[in-house]
This record gives sequence, C-alpha cells and structure tokens, in this order.
Amino acid sequence: MSRLNRDQLLQLARGQITEMSPQDLHQRLASGEEFTIVDIRERDEFVQGHLPGAIFVPRGFLELEIEQRQPDRDKPLVIYCAGGVRSVLAARNVKEMGYTRAISLMGGFNAWKNAGYEFQIPTVLTEEQRLRYSRHTILNEVGEAGQLKLLDSKVLLIGAGGLGSPAALYLAAAGVGTLGIVDFDNVDASNLQRQILHDANAIGRPKVESAADRLHALNPDVKVIGYREPITSHNALDIIKDYDVVLNGSDNFPTRYLVNDACHFLGIPLVDGSIFMFEGQVTVYQPDKPELGVEGGPCYRCLYPDPPPPGEVPSCAEAGVLGVLPGIVGSIQAVEAIKLLLGIGEPLAGRLLMIDTLDMTFRTLNVRRDPACPLCGEHPTVTELIDYEQFCGLPSHSNGVGPAVEHSRLAPEQAAH
Amino acid sequence: MATVYVPPPLRRLTGGQSKVEATGQDIAGVFQAMDAQFPGVSEKLLDEDGHVKRFINVFVNDDEIRSLQGMSTPVKEGDRVSIVPAMAGGQRS
Repeated sequence: MSRLNRDQLLQLARGQITEMSPQDLHQRLASGEEFTIVDIRERDEFVQGHLPGAIFVPRGFLELEIEQRQPDRDKPLVIYCAGGVRSVLAARNVKEMGYTRAISLMGGFNAWKNAGYEFQIPTVLTEEQRLRYSRHTILNEVGEAGQLKLLDSKVLLIGAGGLGSPAALYLAAAGVGTLGIVDFDNVDASNLQRQILHDANAIGRPKVESAADRLHALNPDVKVIGYREPITSHNALDIIKDYDVVLNGSDNFPTRYLVNDACHFLGIPLVDGSIFMFEGQVTVYQPDKPELGVEGGPCYRCLYPDPPPPGEVPSCAEAGVLGVLPGIVGSIQAVEAIKLLLGIGEPLAGRLLMIDTLDMTFRTLNVRRDPACPLCGEHPTVTELIDYEQFCGLPSHSNGVGPAVEHSRLAPEQAAH
Repeated sequence: MATVYVPPPLRRLTGGQSKVEATGQDIAGVFQAMDAQFPGVSEKLLDEDGHVKRFINVFVNDDEIRSLQGMSTPVKEGDRVSIVPAMAGGQRS
C-alpha cells in the first residue's frame, strides 16, 4: 500500500478531477449552463452564506446522500468548500462513484465571495426547531427547506369540531406556521366524544379559544387566528383570501357550497372531508393554476350540483357518528394539506376517497370536472357569492350557517394566545 | 349480478344492508331490480324525469355514470355499483 502525505494525496486527487475558477463558473452560469452546485461545508459555515441555488450536503454525508440529490451521474456537479481543499477530495470520491463531471471550485466560497459575486444567506431552522422537526427534515420530500415552507404557510380550518380537531393538532405539530380557525360555537359535553382539541375543562368556552390554547401548548411556533363568527357570504372572501390552503370540516351544506365557491373565486385549494355514522369521504378541490403548471380538478358543485332538500340526508346529531372516524378523515385532510403546501405527491384531486370503517375498506372513485358546472364549467352562472341558506332551501340566516347572534369577531391578537 | 353499495341514508329501505345484489343490463335496470326488492329506492334516487338526483353520484366500478353513459351505462356480472350522496355531517342537515 502506498503511503501519501496530505499534499501528495491532494496532488493525486487534483490530477483526477477538474477544477474550475469562480470566474469561469460565474460566466458559465450567466450564459445559462446548468450545474448542480453542492456546498459540502459544515452547517455553521453554510448558514453564513452560500452560492445561489447550492444544495447543502456536509462533507461527511456527501457520498451517502449525493445519489438522492442528483441521481444523474452525467450531469456536471460543482462541489465547493470554504477554500477549495476539502472539495478536491470530495470531488475525487464522487467521481469514483461514477459522477464523471465532478468539478471542484477553486478557492471555494471565499474566492467566490471575494470576487464580488452574489451569495445567499439562508433562512434556517433554530436549534430548537431542528430538534422538533428532525423527523420531517430527514425526509427528502420535506427537508429543511420544506419545513421552513411549512412554517411560512397558512391553513384555514372551517370548524374546530370533529374534523378540525385532529387536522389542527397535526398541522400545528407539523409546524404549519399560521392556523386560522373559523368557529362560532362553544364547547359542549357532547363534543368531547370526538373533538379532541377540547377537554372537559373547556365546556362552555368558545371553541376558537380552547383550540388556540391547546395548539399553542403543543407548538409555540404556530400562530393561531380565531374567527369566532359564522362564515357567511359577507365575510368569507375576506377571511379566506390570505390562506394557502383551506380545510373544510363544516357540518352543513350551505357552508360547504359557500366555502367551495369562495375558494374557487380566490384560486385556493380546498381539502374537503365529511363523515356520517361509520363512513367518511375525502377529496381535494383544486383550482387550475396554469402559471404553476397545476391542472385542477372538479369542485364541490361538479359533484353535487344541487344540495339535498332539507331533511333528505340525516345529520350526525340524528344518526350518530363513530368518534374515531373524524380522527381518520381529519388526519387524511391534514396529510393532503401538507402535500399541497409542499407540492409533493399526488393530491387527492379528481378522486373521492371513500372510507368505511365497519368493513374497513378505503376506495378511491374517479370524479371529473363537469363542463356544465355553474361555477367552474365552460359557461359559469355563479360569478359571486350568493345566499347559501336560500340555495339549500333553508330560511335565510337560519341555523344553516349558524345563529346570527354570535357576531363578536375576535381580533387575531385576542384569539392567538 | 352486480354488488350495489348502499349509502347509510338509504339503508332504512334495505333492512340495514350496506351491500345488496341486483341484476340489470344497465344502471336503470339495476335500480328497477333494487326497487322491486326494496320498494322506495327509485323514489329516493331518481327525479321525476328518471335521472339520478343531483346531490347523488352513482359509480360503476371507479367511474361516475355521467362520464359513462348515464342511466344506460352497462352493468356487467361482478361490477360494483356505488351510490354516493352528499354528506355534511354535523348537527344540521
């Protein structure tokens, strides 16, 4: 076995790889050439600033992770460290793995920065957050960037009841930075069988307050904004417009049509869930986003152009609901919301998930956009929010969307504990 | 013979059964057969013109019949027919 000292090893490695100057790299990037740029420094170095678009894989993990980050071994790979030494050895090793175009950046980040070229200072998780979200950030589909995206995201929950409870708990635990909750109701003893956001001490308290306390205790990173009011045609657009995703856990048809229409007008994806006895349904109503290459699916009105006549479909209060069921459905809604926020996987759009907990079957049925849909079809006739109680055959301002008495809207700072 | 999935609100008519067997050439035939066995089913599912009510979706296997041939959608031996009405849950209907 040959014995090499440090300088001999470096010399040997330099002979096996390509080195590129910051000037050369800068020029090639400017002319549109594509490089996968890998920053192999330690975390404390990376957070001080890095080349634009660089992926961060510390030296110790490079060979272990590079295939996941860049599966194509024929793509040019520019590896840099602080001064251009560590990257020589790193490039040699990945070249041995078959990365034929592994390049070491001469002089490393320091030379790049001294040349006056642009660099980025990353937003990073705090030490506490790195620990809290470590099981997320280790997932390639999430990573630190994905977790930061979640922390920067806003999800609105319609209802803090059976569906909203597990969804809010999991979204808060996942570190979704802002959770809006619309619910005018107070906690009732009969809620506790399934609405796990609330406990016996909260009976009689507004649900948005009880929810904010619980969520804040779970994760102080999360800002909770409570809207202690019924959602109506008058306030829906205002409340919904600032959110990235809406999660529907409402308990009545007028609200379902209202939220569907408002989300469509605002171009915001809606994760819909509903439960009855032992069975649940989940789907995503995703509007088109041509600028993001997103082809949406059907909306609630495509599936159900008309509401059932009042009384035709019994309610959970009349027929009952298994307490665990909303735990399943609401959790699936939370998964879909996170997928939409991160842009990963296949959203449950154009598919209706049917869950039957008695025979424990999960089935997805295909649902399609209706060209004749009055909202999202070719010739829309619903072009603004309407009177949804009337649309659903209920007396206006009746108990369709909740009693009109509770209009005291909590200011966000009051509700966010 | 197709297997028809009966949603909870209709089970009052099927004696509580969530799945029933019915034979018919197409969806119209399957519903007729169901109605013969469980009177009142057709009235719950269809409007005066014989179309499926608009708050109910009917699927043959995984696809909604409006995207197939509507009430004339053929139903073969072993097919699965699902009747899926809108659900809202909660305290009010």
